Amino acid sequence: MSAATYQLTTTAPSIRKRLFQVPGLWIGGGLIFTFVFCAIFAGVIAPYGPDERDGKNLPPSAAHWLGTDTNEKDVLTRVIYGSRLSLIASITSISCAVVVGVGLGMLAGYRGGRTDMLVMRLIDIWLSFPSLLIAFLVIAAMRPGWTAVILAVALINVPVFARQIRAEMLSLKHAAYVEAAIAAGASPLYLVIFVFLPAVSGTIWVLATLGLGHAILEVAGLSFLGIAGDPSNAEWGSMLVEAKGELHVTIWPAIAPGIAISLTILGFNLFGDGLRELFSHRSRSF
Amino acid sequence: MFAMLVQRLAQAVVTMLIAVLAIFVAVRVLPANPVIAQFGQHAVPEKIEKEMEERGWNKPLWQQAIAFVGQMMQGNLGESFARPGERISTRLSQAVPATLELTFAAMLIAIPLGVVVGTVAALWRNTWPDWISMAFALLGVSIPVFFLAICLIVAFPAMPTGKRLPPGTLPDLYTEFYFFESLLRGKFQLAAASARHLVLPAIALSTIPLAVVSRVTRNSMLEVFDADYLRTARAKGASLMRVIARHAFPNASLSVLNIVGFQLGMLLSGAILTETVFNWPGLGRYVVDAIRDYDYSVVQACALVLAAIFVTLNLTLDVLFLIFDPRLREASRS
Repeated sequence: MSAATYQLTTTAPSIRKRLFQVPGLWIGGGLIFTFVFCAIFAGVIAPYGPDERDGKNLPPSAAHWLGTDTNEKDVLTRVIYGSRLSLIASITSISCAVVVGVGLGMLAGYRGGRTDMLVMRLIDIWLSFPSLLIAFLVIAAMRPGWTAVILAVALINVPVFARQIRAEMLSLKHAAYVEAAIAAGASPLYLVIFVFLPAVSGTIWVLATLGLGHAILEVAGLSFLGIAGDPSNAEWGSMLVEAKGELHVTIWPAIAPGIAISLTILGFNLFGDGLRELFSHRSRSF
Repeated sequence: MFAMLVQRLAQAVVTMLIAVLAIFVAVRVLPANPVIAQFGQHAVPEKIEKEMEERGWNKPLWQQAIAFVGQMMQGNLGESFARPGERISTRLSQAVPATLELTFAAMLIAIPLGVVVGTVAALWRNTWPDWISMAFALLGVSIPVFFLAICLIVAFPAMPTGKRLPPGTLPDLYTEFYFFESLLRGKFQLAAASARHLVLPAIALSTIPLAVVSRVTRNSMLEVFDADYLRTARAKGASLMRVIARHAFPNASLSVLNIVGFQLGMLLSGAILTETVFNWPGLGRYVVDAIRDYDYSVVQACALVLAAIFVTLNLTLDVLFLIFDPRLREASRS
């Protein structure tokens, strides 16, 4: 029996029943949906082009719902377009982190022994540095720019996946159906694709969702610090820095991207916590 | 106990050595060679050769690595690459206390307040005080520090930003910890002045640890509230206050200490972002400016100092754990 059917038969009914008892899942999902929708259809829903100019620092009005910034560009438009860079950068970096982290975690958990010790030592050291320091080193080594930012954010998030997957592998390795598959002569590749991955997929989804929230925060933070490449891009972090200098004139160019970042992160946090509650067999208090 | 301490110390030294090597690799070996960056893409090759030789960067890598580690061990951080003649250690001696003072102030707000909020939430579990405080905790981890900082500046336009003391003040102190030292030495006027500059950045930085501490306090308090021994204590007539102080709080304090240790990296990262918003003259601003100016000697020095601060704080927490956690105390005795 493959792992997928095993999971379906044991947890599927309770998940469907509990789906409506987790409000965070719906609120968070709604926020994420809005964010993704904006990113994909920015060209359609944004009232102006991302680099169209009108007047400088205009207050909110019917023509410009959130006013314009110091470069005479429409704030609402740039916030909508800003979701694109955030989304692309975070998804790319978290995907890299998932591939490397899950790979490392499975390797360590399955092989055990010296491999396990080596990988876990590496992870411990990795975790023993502040994430921003790792990001700084990557960016300093590769020159400021988006490639460096994506790589840095990916590197920061790898240990989270590796640790958790390894922990799950330890108990999974001795599950009866896994031992049966091994006894039946399953190759390591077959085990990974048809046994281990389906079994840990829930964990991966939870961690990836929460990780996306972190990634958005980290990407915005690095570009806020001005080390993420072209500051004139329509990107939330860069918009915030620019607006910071104009606070005495107008606050909208700062408030709008800030709220966009916060709501997106809130969405991923709620959705991730909701998923975890959904997948966990005992209900969590928070 | 002693053996465990030695083990932790050895771990810290190893971590630090690896940090030094990682920094060496990032700055010297990876593609963005600082010398080439300095001369631009179309530099004369001879000029680069000469500069590389002067710095000893054309020697075999392992020799460079040993020289680098040796130099760092002596505390010789060198001069700024972009601004020749500026000693890095001078700038650091002002920047590090600024960052540490900000971080400590944030923790002074976050830990006590977080414990109180978490306790209140646990006591009134699943009623409105619980919902409100946990909603704020969720907001606290979702709002980026740098955005909150900007909101604070907008909300309190009268508060000073950009310096640590009012212009023209001569602090006349031994250290650069303006607020804590002046407070300890009874110079209350100076303490008040520096507190005015410190308070907004500290509040901004404290939100994430505040949220995390209150969540953890609430959860560990709830765990204790459900325990049988607590029901026994209540049944034999112990007051609620006594139960919290004697049973729930000591248990929760270990979890809080644990999570604070886990959050240290986050806190230092947050400090760097907060400093940028408030123009706080700390380590964060120094290193970010250096990355933008391709000032590699400053980047490597700051990275090293950041790593050292982090490793030291972690070690301190480990020692605190050995002292406070009875289970570890027993384990290390046997």
